[in-house]
Amino acid sequence: MSTKQLIAITPICTSYNVEVSFVATLKELGLIALTRQKEEFYIHIDEVPTVEKMIRMHRDLNINPEGIDVIFNLLERVDTMQSEMTALKNRLRLYEDDL
Amino acid sequence: MAYIDYYKILGLSKSASQSDIKKAYRKMARKYHPDVNPNDSTAEQKFKEVNEAHEVLGNVENRKKYDEYGADWKHADDIKKARQQQQEQQRQYSSQGGFTGADFGGGDFSDFFESMFGGRTSGGSRSSTTFKGQDYNAEVQLDLKEVYTTQKQTLTVNGKNIRITIPAGVENGQVIKIKGHGGAGINGGPKGDLYITFAIKNSTRFRRVKSDLYSDVSIDVVTAVLGGDITVSTFDGKVKLSVKPGTQTDSKIKLKGKGFPKYKKEGQFGDLYITYKVKVPTQLSEKEKELFEALKNIKDHEH
Repeated sequence: MSTKQLIAITPICTSYNVEVSFVATLKELGLIALTRQKEEFYIHIDEVPTVEKMIRMHRDLNINPEGIDVIFNLLERVDTMQSEMTALKNRLRLYEDDL
Repeated sequence: MAYIDYYKILGLSKSASQSDIKKAYRKMARKYHPDVNPNDSTAEQKFKEVNEAHEVLGNVENRKKYDEYGADWKHADDIKKARQQQQEQQRQYSSQGGFTGADFGGGDFSDFFESMFGGRTSGGSRSSTTFKGQDYNAEVQLDLKEVYTTQKQTLTVNGKNIRITIPAGVENGQVIKIKGHGGAGINGGPKGDLYITFAIKNSTRFRRVKSDLYSDVSIDVVTAVLGGDITVSTFDGKVKLSVKPGTQTDSKIKLKGKGFPKYKKEGQFGDLYITYKVKVPTQLSEKEKELFEALKNIKDHEH
């Protein structure tokens, strides 16, 4: 993994005004993957939007890491169901379109 | 520009306490926060309203001003007075670093709010800068014929032209993500992404399920009974088919590889399913009628 694509956790936490321990808990729960180099933890650039979303949920809505875990699982299910619904709608058109 | 009843937005009466306001705001924020309502523009709008209501009512000074002048905002004098106060306040706020509104797009506040309180004030719980730029959503409408082949298209998103390649076989309702074409990042953060939803209209006689196509073909009674050659349309041309003797109505045949292109699998196609519809003639010539009568006589004698 190129270090160019890794972003240090500390500045993210400073920018969002959250404790580094919060991000550490997210890692412990398996919600995000962090890489350790020397004394600093880094996150892959592709995971930044996810961790930002988690931070916003924590900061804006007072949701703890366990709650975030539950929400993310549910959102994933909503997402799957939405794709299924789109596929089903497209399939339903087969019977609705009268030639 | 219309007067906005911030109390109504939070479902409160004018006598609500600051803690009631906080509670109501928190409850509604949890319900409508864009992070828990992805791709839901109604919830996003609602969240902005709730946020705006909280900006005003959650702040004792703002609330006082709103209660005093809010309903009569059309009165120029009052507004002027309000503006003077607001300028004062703006100066106080400017040192705190402001609310950016960048998470969920600019223009978070209504005209009503801007006219009464000026630009954005700080305060509330979302007070720090964000890292990644805003994600954009766009819808592209295409005809089924257009997605039969891969094509390049130029889209204009927020005044910028973006050239995208739309792979053949894209689905109706499918969303593709174009990395880095959203809003600009903040503090050197990465740009947001562009999400494009495809709305595919079907004006053809084919029905589509993923990469398979379905079509009905009418055949006359004689061909159905005796069999024979017919020409049928596929999506990209015509093919000759041999109808087997004794073909029933609603019987299906599969034309392998004559369907729709498979998404992101170049050169691979689904199948075309043809359903035969046997048409019973309604207007017979005298001669034809005679022949059907003769047929009937044969059948009667058989039994």
